[in-house]
Amino acid sequence: MGSFKLGGMTFGSLFKKPETLLYPFEKKEPYAGQKGHITNDVSSCILCGMCQKACPCNCIKVDKASRKWEINPFMCVQCSSCVRACPTKCLSMDGAYTPVSSAIYCNDMDVPEKDSDNNTE
Amino acid sequence: MGKSTIIPFGPQHPVLPEPLHLDLVVEDETVIDCIPQIGFVHRGLEKLVETRDYNQFIYVAERICGICAMGHSLGYAETVESLMGVEVPKRGEYLRVIWHELSRIHSHLLWLGLAADAFGFESMFMHCWRLRERILDIFEKTTGGRVILSVVAVGGVVRDIDSAVLLEIENVLDGIKGDYEKIVKTLLSDTSIKNRTVGVGHISNEDAISLSMVGPFARASNVNYDVRMFGKGAYGDLSDFEPILDAQGDCYARIKVRCLEVIQSIDIIKELISKIPQGDIITKVKGSPADGAQAANVLEQPRGECYYYARGNGSKYLERMRMRTPTSQNLAGMTVALKGCDLADVNMIILTIDPCISCTER
Repeated sequence: MGSFKLGGMTFGSLFKKPETLLYPFEKKEPYAGQKGHITNDVSSCILCGMCQKACPCNCIKVDKASRKWEINPFMCVQCSSCVRACPTKCLSMDGAYTPVSSAIYCNDMDVPEKDSDNNTE
Repeated sequence: MGKSTIIPFGPQHPVLPEPLHLDLVVEDETVIDCIPQIGFVHRGLEKLVETRDYNQFIYVAERICGICAMGHSLGYAETVESLMGVEVPKRGEYLRVIWHELSRIHSHLLWLGLAADAFGFESMFMHCWRLRERILDIFEKTTGGRVILSVVAVGGVVRDIDSAVLLEIENVLDGIKGDYEKIVKTLLSDTSIKNRTVGVGHISNEDAISLSMVGPFARASNVNYDVRMFGKGAYGDLSDFEPILDAQGDCYARIKVRCLEVIQSIDIIKELISKIPQGDIITKVKGSPADGAQAANVLEQPRGECYYYARGNGSKYLERMRMRTPTSQNLAGMTVALKGCDLADVNMIILTIDPCISCTER
C-alpha cells in the first residue's frame, strides 16, 4: 500500500507548474556566469598567449605574427582557465552553448593592431 | 543440486548504468559463485598527469566520473595542496564542502531513482529525478556547469556564492527535504520493496571489515567509518557528525543508509551556510611540488572512501597520481553478497551496492 502514500504528491503535481520545459518551443535563459562558450573582445586582446598556456585541452592558438586568435569550440571544456589567466580581461564566458554542428570548425579572429603596441616598441 | 551453469551478466544490462561484467555460477536458481570482470571503460587518466600541469589536471580528475566529479577534483586538489603545503582560506573550504555535499545528494537521488525504476516503481523514479534536477539547477546557477563543475582550483575555489544565492539554496533544500521525506517514508515502508530487499544480499560486520568495504555499503553492515568524521576542512566546524549506521547488512539496510544520508547532507549544508565566514576564497599558489615530495589524502565520496596519492618531481608536472576508488574496495564485498542469493535478486544486490565502474577503471 506504500505506493498510495506517494499518490498525494503525484496528484498535487498535476496542479503545479511543470518542472520541465517544452524544448525546443521554450528555451531556458542562461544563468549569469553559465559556462557556454568563450568569446574574445579582440579590441583589447594583446596576443600575449597566456590563454593558450593555461588551456588544459590545447584548443586555443595564438599567432602573434599573423595577429590571429583561434579557438576550437568543440575541443573546449569550458573550464574558464583562459578567462582567469587573461591579463586584459578581453576573454569572457558567454552563457549560450555552442550550437550543434555537422562539421568541426574553429573560430578565428583577426586582432587589430593597437596604438599602444607601437608606443611600447 | 543441479548442474552448475555460468550465466554472463553485463556489461550491457538494463540494470547497470555502467559496464560491469559478471560471470554468475548458478546451480538451479541459486548463485553459488560470482567472477567480476572490469576493463571496458579504461581511459588511462592517471597517465595524463604526465602531460598536464598540476593546475590543469583538475579538469582531467573531475572527468574520471560524472557523478563524483566534484569529489575527484576536490580530492585531487587537497592532495596537491598538502604536497605543496598550501593553506586554503576558510570560506573556500566551506564552499567546497557545500558543493561536495550537494553532489552527494545528487548522486544518492540518481541512485534512488534508478533503484526505484529497477523495482518497477516508475512514479518514484520520476520524483527522485525531479528533485535531483533542482540540485543540478543549483550547480548551474552557482558554478556555471550542471555535472562537470570546474570550480575547484589548487588553493581554494574559483567562484564565490553571494549571501542571496546561499539563502536561495537553503530554501530550495527545504523544499527538497519536505518532498524527499515523503518519498523515503513511502520507500522504506512499502511492503513489496521490503519483500525484495529484507534479508537479501547479507554481509556481516566481520565480512565487511575483513573485505575492507567502505561507504554506505559498509555502514549498512555497522562499520563505523566515514572520512567526514575526521573533521577535515569545513567538516571540522560541524557541531555534530555521526555516520549513519545500520546493523542488518542486507539490501534494505543499504537503501536505508543512503536515504538517510541525503537528509544528513541537507543538514550539513544548512549548518555550513549559517556558519560560512567572509573572506578570500583562494590562496594564490606559486612554484611546483618539490622533487620526491609525496602526499596522500582520503575523501568521502558518495560511494565511500576514496584514497589519493601524489608524488612531485620538482616540475609543474606530477611524477605520479594514483587514486583508489570506493568501488574497487567494494567489488570483493559484492561477490560475497551475491553468493547464495537467488538469480532474480542479483540486480537488486548490485544496485544497492551502487558500483561506479568509470571511477574504478579511470
